[in-house]
Amino acid sequence: MRNPEKQPSTAAFSREHAATVGEVHAPRARIQCRTVDVHYGEKHAIHDVNLDIGHNEVIALIGPSGCGKSTFLRCLNRMNDTIVGCRVTGEILMDGQNIYDESMDVVPLRAQVGMVFQKPNPIPKSIFENVAYGPRIHGLAGSKLELEEIVETSLRRAGLWDEVKDQLLHPGTSLSGGQQQRLCIARTIAVNPEVILMDEPCSALDPIATAKIEQLIDELREDYTIAIVTHSMQQAARVSQRTAYFHLGRLIEVGDTAQIFTNPRHQLTEDYITGRFG
Amino acid sequence: MSKPNERIRRTHEKVMAGLARRRAAESRFRLYGLASIAGGLCFLFIMFGSIIHHAGAAFQQTFMALDVQFDQQLLAPDGKWDDEVLQAADYGALLKQSLAALFPDETLDRQQKRALSALLSSGAGYELRNILVADRELLGTTQRVWLPASDDVDLYAKGQIDRTIQESERRLNDQQLGWLDKIQAQGRLQKRFNRTFFTAGDSREPELAGIRGAMTGSMLTLLVTLLLSLPIGIATAVYLEEFAPRNRWTDIIEVNINNLAAVPSIVFGLLGLAVFINFFGLTRSSPLVGGIVLTLMTLPVIIIAGRSALKSVPPSIREAALGIGASQMQTVFHHVLPLAMPGMMTGAIIGMARALGESAPLLMVGMVAFIVDIPGGITEPATVLPVQIYLWADSPERGFVERTSAAILVLLAFLIVMNGTAVYLRKRFERRW
Repeated sequence: MRNPEKQPSTAAFSREHAATVGEVHAPRARIQCRTVDVHYGEKHAIHDVNLDIGHNEVIALIGPSGCGKSTFLRCLNRMNDTIVGCRVTGEILMDGQNIYDESMDVVPLRAQVGMVFQKPNPIPKSIFENVAYGPRIHGLAGSKLELEEIVETSLRRAGLWDEVKDQLLHPGTSLSGGQQQRLCIARTIAVNPEVILMDEPCSALDPIATAKIEQLIDELREDYTIAIVTHSMQQAARVSQRTAYFHLGRLIEVGDTAQIFTNPRHQLTEDYITGRFG
Repeated sequence: MSKPNERIRRTHEKVMAGLARRRAAESRFRLYGLASIAGGLCFLFIMFGSIIHHAGAAFQQTFMALDVQFDQQLLAPDGKWDDEVLQAADYGALLKQSLAALFPDETLDRQQKRALSALLSSGAGYELRNILVADRELLGTTQRVWLPASDDVDLYAKGQIDRTIQESERRLNDQQLGWLDKIQAQGRLQKRFNRTFFTAGDSREPELAGIRGAMTGSMLTLLVTLLLSLPIGIATAVYLEEFAPRNRWTDIIEVNINNLAAVPSIVFGLLGLAVFINFFGLTRSSPLVGGIVLTLMTLPVIIIAGRSALKSVPPSIREAALGIGASQMQTVFHHVLPLAMPGMMTGAIIGMARALGESAPLLMVGMVAFIVDIPGGITEPATVLPVQIYLWADSPERGFVERTSAAILVLLAFLIVMNGTAVYLRKRFERRW
């Protein structure tokens, strides 16, 4: 051990562990999470998280690997349902309605809360099909013309139209990584969601592609609520208005991005953003 | 602690010291691999060589030319030549007459006459009848017709009769050989392509036996198997893998399916006998029952292969579809199933190939019967290729030895065609992006 005095401050954490630091409430809340706990079988992945996500805001979820930020994100459109042994308790209200209600249908929920994954995952079909699939299964387009219009609009908004307009029938997987990820974003916004969840959307991309996606996120904020998980502090600082810091399944601190990065109130947050662990 | 340079040098020495041993181990391993492949190929060549060597003879059949006088007196003594009379006429006598005419200067006793008649196939009379029924103008004329020779003459023509062994141990006696030598000298023996083998059903006489009945039986049986096992197997695999909850019941079902795949196939035959024939009263020896029994045997293979094909579809595809609000069923049918299809096809083809080569369970449901007619439907008695091979291999006549090999070749050809179709289908279904 070269530098024995540099220890992760988990010890400090267990001492200070209490309620989340900062304002968890948002003024115009779209999603309200109350006492959310998630278990994977025996493993307690998320402890008692309370967090609001407001209209037209980009909230960044940061924290070291395995802290539960992706798990939390996947709770918001019930993608965790597909994981065997995953149990979610507590309340997640989407515009006042609990999405974990018995009566809640996940199909419209996932149309309403879209998701972009860490690894670009275009469907192994053509570029056009990738974008058209969502509108088609939800019956959003009355005619072929309308469908083509939706596809074009979505690709334009994702900033991909000019690059792919001549090869719409080429397979989606033939695009570069950054283009694939923008294709996935186009696919998500084609069904007009209200919220977009992004799980480290740029982790597999080069800086140029990342810059494009970040610019896109900024533009999308006008219409959508966006929650983004990221490992890049700079990215969180660049794209988000609020930032939530997770540590070992607990929500440690929430606040305006500027405040979190310049003046963190919790010791753990400070340790993380100054690069002492994570 | 030694100096860093020293340490690096020592590490290097150690690595180099072990290098020769590592290389030797590697080349030894390659040698083992090569040796086993070479051994396998060698046995394969021996097997194919012997099969093809034996089978070659079966594709040729010896025919004998006879000058047949279609004698009105003999065939239609009443002077009436309608179909009924022609069907029932004594063609055997006609043949005996024609044979005797070959050796006009010999007088034969009864036993010798019988020996002479034995040179022709017992089916030669039917051949003669067919010729006459097709062209009634021939009545009263003398025609040279080529008729199938008996299996012993066939062996003679193919040079498989050993004249050095004792007469009593030979299939043909000295006198018969003498006749044959004369017949051959006159150019009345000819080897022709054996069409009978591909157009006839089974027979007690090798020269009249064909593979068509068994081929048709195999095709009908496999058709039943395919139509039943493919939809049931794929539906089961999709349900268990994509929809069923994970609980004790599905665990029990899974364990049982895996166990069923290892059950000896004859047990399925017993089950088929007890349930489908004795309880439900379906027709014995029929491709329907055989197909159902083979379905039971094939289903576990198809289900297991189908499930592993579904498992190998990356979860990101499912997430992509679910993430934009596709329902579970849309996700499975639009995205997962098309990607899993090549794997499922492979499993299905392996199962069908196994079913094609299976004989044990079919023995239990009566498909081992001696069936001469070519089956016309799935409820008619039939036999299948492997069972036919088994039956012929068990027959004492020499002519069946080569027919056994020929039937094996036909079975192998069937397998190659099936596997070829599978590869083609897989390539078409496969998405290369």
